[in-house]
Amino acid sequence: MMNSVEVEGLNVTRGGLRVLTDLTLSVGEGTVTGLLGPSGSGKTTLIRAIVGVQRIESGSVRVLGLPAGVADLRHRVGYLTQAPSVYRDLTVRENLRYFAGVLGVGATRVDQVIADVSLGGEAGARVDRLSGGQQSRVSLATALLGDPSVLVLDEPTVGLDPVLREELWSLFHRLGASGVTLLISSHVMEEATRCERLLLLRAGRLLADDTPDELLRQTGESDMDAAFLHLVRGSGVVA
Amino acid sequence: MSLRRTGATAWRVLEQLRRDPRTVAMIVVVPLVLMLLLRYAFDSEPLLFQHIAPILMAIFPFVLMFVITSVAMLRERTSGTLERLLAMPIAKLDLLVGYGLAFGAVTIIQVVLVLAFVLGPLGVSISGSVFVLGLFAVLDALLGMALGLCLSALARTEFQAVQLLPAVVFPQLLVCGLFAPRGQMAGVLQGLADVFPLTYAVDGVTRAAASTAWTGGLVEDLVIVAACIPLALGLGALTLQRRTR
Repeated sequence: MMNSVEVEGLNVTRGGLRVLTDLTLSVGEGTVTGLLGPSGSGKTTLIRAIVGVQRIESGSVRVLGLPAGVADLRHRVGYLTQAPSVYRDLTVRENLRYFAGVLGVGATRVDQVIADVSLGGEAGARVDRLSGGQQSRVSLATALLGDPSVLVLDEPTVGLDPVLREELWSLFHRLGASGVTLLISSHVMEEATRCERLLLLRAGRLLADDTPDELLRQTGESDMDAAFLHLVRGSGVVA
Repeated sequence: MSLRRTGATAWRVLEQLRRDPRTVAMIVVVPLVLMLLLRYAFDSEPLLFQHIAPILMAIFPFVLMFVITSVAMLRERTSGTLERLLAMPIAKLDLLVGYGLAFGAVTIIQVVLVLAFVLGPLGVSISGSVFVLGLFAVLDALLGMALGLCLSALARTEFQAVQLLPAVVFPQLLVCGLFAPRGQMAGVLQGLADVFPLTYAVDGVTRAAASTAWTGGLVEDLVIVAACIPLALGLGALTLQRRTR
């Protein structure tokens, strides 16, 4: 299998603090990969490095065979930031139309992504009138807009009810089945079981890179929460 | 750069303005109110007001646009939309020129209204061409906008963005010739005035109001002000970093 994302020996320092240490990992093409770890473990920094907006100290990050962040990749990588990054004073549709203009995609694609994130009823509403969960879905719709080959999502399901979470995860799997590579960060361990593969970060280091079943088997635990605690405590690394 | 992306950005900024009628009202009404105030502040010295009104025609739009654009750009940074855009296939100049086009359109409305108000109800008469005076006023507003876009990179918070006004605009105001003729200032300040773009903006409107003749000084002012706009936008593009710490 091809890898869509390849990270080798990545070191990142932010504000004098080492955030990622000698990180080496890969994300297989067309897989739904979960990026898990306690808060402060470096998930967002790793995501920013993959998208190419993070200044790195050393190491290499390649996406679809190209150095992360090069101009050719900006059409092919979709990025969802943790906080909804859309214009709060515009409507859902106005936001998506603008980003569609930037990406050069048509109006039908705008309606399609609005439907994909179940915001059809809110398309004409100003973003700042929407709930937090709705706002983050507007942001997600923007990330989907350009039909990217690689989707990097930073906590896409935070603040969503179980019904919507379910809908989004089936959307992610549909995308994965169609060949899109998804890297999805979360700190909800229950969501880990929905991923084909898991990357476990702690204190900027890779703790585990395996399938959910294998992680459960290795740790001898019955649920992901327990397996995660097992790995985190057993690693001997001080957070 | 791409016409489509620049146009989309300009349209988006206009849509944001449309949703913020209070800001639009302030852009349009505040210069009129200030002119009215000044007219009656110089009630007993109408000749002085005649002299000052064109200068303020350069300064009000310049200051207002500077503040509005530096805050708009800061908002783009803090909302995360700038990071998102820079991860997309957009040139930095698409973004900056898009802002320039949108605010430029608003500026033209602002300048036309101020001109009509000052030359009409406030009874100022100029010996120069109204069109050239208006052209200078629009260019000065665009200069304020371009400097605002460029210098907003220095501000990380709203407090800092607001402080840019006294830090960057006030010194230019003090030595531009509004408060004291430049020839009477200390030599150092004259040198300082020579490098501040606002000096040429103010000199330009003064000349444009005084005579219809295209003197060498007027052309020089026009060229310098017009050249500073793309220069500031270019510097602004350099301050937009795709990769941040």
